[in-house]
Amino acid sequence: MSTIQARLRGRYDRNLWFAIFVGPFVLGLIVFVYVPILWSIWLSFFNAHNTVTPTEFVGLGNYLDMLKDSAFRSSLLTFVVFALFIVPTTFVASLGLALLVNRARFAKTFFRSVFFLPTACSYVVASLIWKLSIFSGVRFGLMNTVLGWFGIDPIPWLSVTQPPWYWLVIVTARMWLQAGFYMILFLAGLQRISPSLYEAAAIDGATGWKVLRFLTLPQLRATSTAVLLLLLINAFQAFDEFYNLLSSSGQYPPYARPPLVYLYYAALGQGQDFGHGSAGAVILTLLIALVALGQGRFLGLGRRED
Amino acid sequence: MPSAGGFNRRKFLAVGGGLAAMAVAGCGSNTGRASDSGSSGGKPALAQWYHQYGEAGTQQAVEKYAKSYPDATVSVQWSPGDYDKKTASALLTDGGPDVFEYVNGPSIDMIKGGQVVDLTDLLGDTKADFTPSLISRMTYQGKLYAIPQVTDMQLLVYRKSLLSKAGIQPPTTVDELIAAAKKLTTDKMKGLFVGNDGGVGILGGPALWSAGLDYLKDDNTFGFDDPAAVESLRKLRELFTSKALLLGAPTDWSDPSAFTQGLTAMQFTGLWTFPQIQKALPDDFGVLPWPKLNSTTGAPSVPVGAYGSVVTAKSKNVDAAKKYVKWLWVDQTEDQLDFAQSYGFHIPARKSLAEKADKLKSGPAADAVTFVNENGHAQTPLLWTPKSATAYSDALNRIIKNGTDPATEIKAVKAIVEAELKRVAG
Repeated sequence: MSTIQARLRGRYDRNLWFAIFVGPFVLGLIVFVYVPILWSIWLSFFNAHNTVTPTEFVGLGNYLDMLKDSAFRSSLLTFVVFALFIVPTTFVASLGLALLVNRARFAKTFFRSVFFLPTACSYVVASLIWKLSIFSGVRFGLMNTVLGWFGIDPIPWLSVTQPPWYWLVIVTARMWLQAGFYMILFLAGLQRISPSLYEAAAIDGATGWKVLRFLTLPQLRATSTAVLLLLLINAFQAFDEFYNLLSSSGQYPPYARPPLVYLYYAALGQGQDFGHGSAGAVILTLLIALVALGQGRFLGLGRRED
Repeated sequence: MPSAGGFNRRKFLAVGGGLAAMAVAGCGSNTGRASDSGSSGGKPALAQWYHQYGEAGTQQAVEKYAKSYPDATVSVQWSPGDYDKKTASALLTDGGPDVFEYVNGPSIDMIKGGQVVDLTDLLGDTKADFTPSLISRMTYQGKLYAIPQVTDMQLLVYRKSLLSKAGIQPPTTVDELIAAAKKLTTDKMKGLFVGNDGGVGILGGPALWSAGLDYLKDDNTFGFDDPAAVESLRKLRELFTSKALLLGAPTDWSDPSAFTQGLTAMQFTGLWTFPQIQKALPDDFGVLPWPKLNSTTGAPSVPVGAYGSVVTAKSKNVDAAKKYVKWLWVDQTEDQLDFAQSYGFHIPARKSLAEKADKLKSGPAADAVTFVNENGHAQTPLLWTPKSATAYSDALNRIIKNGTDPATEIKAVKAIVEAELKRVAG
């Protein structure tokens, strides 16, 4: 065996096995993720109606159109409203659940599983359950049945904008689906806190709220930062529940259209406008990156723990 | 640890490359065609795509027609889910169908993008026999791009017994319709169902026609910058706030369940639901067009649409595909009659066949055919692009659900539509 071959294979053929296991995935990543992303950036500078191999170069025209487009801007606003709802509520709920489950004296595993299980459910399925049985607008929908016991008329949850009940449906669906996952992250963080710290705090006379405020929360800072970042990025990527809860007979209401739904309709819908769709996607990606960087800097993600 | 049994880089790359090629091929080439070489056993192989029809037996029927075609091997692909988007994106690749159906024929961007072929020469002498409004909807600059398969329409259905019990005549104006819906509303039942979105999805056209207007004028300029349109859209808001509309039903307007299960006394739905309605309420339903705006303005109307059969420009066998489309949707009149009336209710696209369709000769179905002839409007014009459609639908959403001013909304829609008309003109 030549030296080069031996070097490529590495000790115990480790390099070779690494390549065998990782190679197909890297290839998949390149073919299905990186090439489309680069292609999309390329398309964003062209007029590309019903074609992905365009010829008419328009420079930054598509970007300007998108920034001027009130529907695209309002989709960003929809996202901001959604993030303002979902990020803090999921954060508090998952932290609360983690604290409760961590302290549980019995059936700890049972409660962990119960709260974690919804994570396994798909957004599409959950949306349909929410739409068709829990928040159905007719009198025999679950929520309307409960309201009926108190003499309240059925509410068409997803059909009215005044008051905007549809937010309740969207936010609760996502809360149910993702709180369990973040609870697990917090649980892992909680278990890393040394019991001796709590003992020391107890000797110093700290109890209840004070322990949480001055000991648990600061110790969870790294986890909290990661959770906040993940929550925000996930919120930016919101698509499934919005689409499945609100789209109907070929149209989609403008009042709850997050950026991805908007871009989906512009580029992949009957519009097939890949130039503007790609420009919108690039703008959105830059926004997510900016927010993530800003948040990381503000909360100290990646900073060495002192 | 021993070496990996002669496994070298070259082999690894071959395996990895093969896997990637398989993955790419798997994604791109699922056309449903019998053989991807474009021919099978000497005969050309064609892939034909349909969306999933709701009526049982339709799939088997179209498969049977395809199988009996002697000059090519035709494989039918039946597509549940979002058919329009799937087809539109497949047309960008080489993995698309040879023949496919599309609502009201291909879009203006498909035509201008050269994705579909000219089918003008397929009709020959039969051209005069096809419903003229459908032919003109599928024609651009004198060239026909789709052969209409069947005519579909939307209309109001109502429970006769409930109306007579409440002492109400079938409404002939929008005001009468709103009054009737209010009177028919009880604790258990709402008066009218026009979709869970309050009519945004389906009443855009009828609201304009009932005011004597249209999406575009005959010279392809914006059609409804008009006080009558403002009044008509205001009526939709009035209907939405009347508490007489059914909202949030388990199924939407295109399914008759809300009507047949007694959730609503009247529903705007499609002709295709008639077999189910007749089964549930045999003699207890009547039909109406969407009423005119008021006693002095507009006319009653029904939206008329058709799935049209289209040939892809990227097909390896364009001529064979055209020949097949002619055989199926022009020559095979028996199969066309079977397709139109043996499963759901549709009106054959050819006048001579519509006259032969027994199921359309009596009762509400016969009334529906009369509406198509007297009050039918193409769902949307060819130059009404998806962007224009979204702008109008967004405006309707805000007018109906938020109560915004229709005049302002119409002006905003006009600006977008005019920009789109400019884009696609020529």
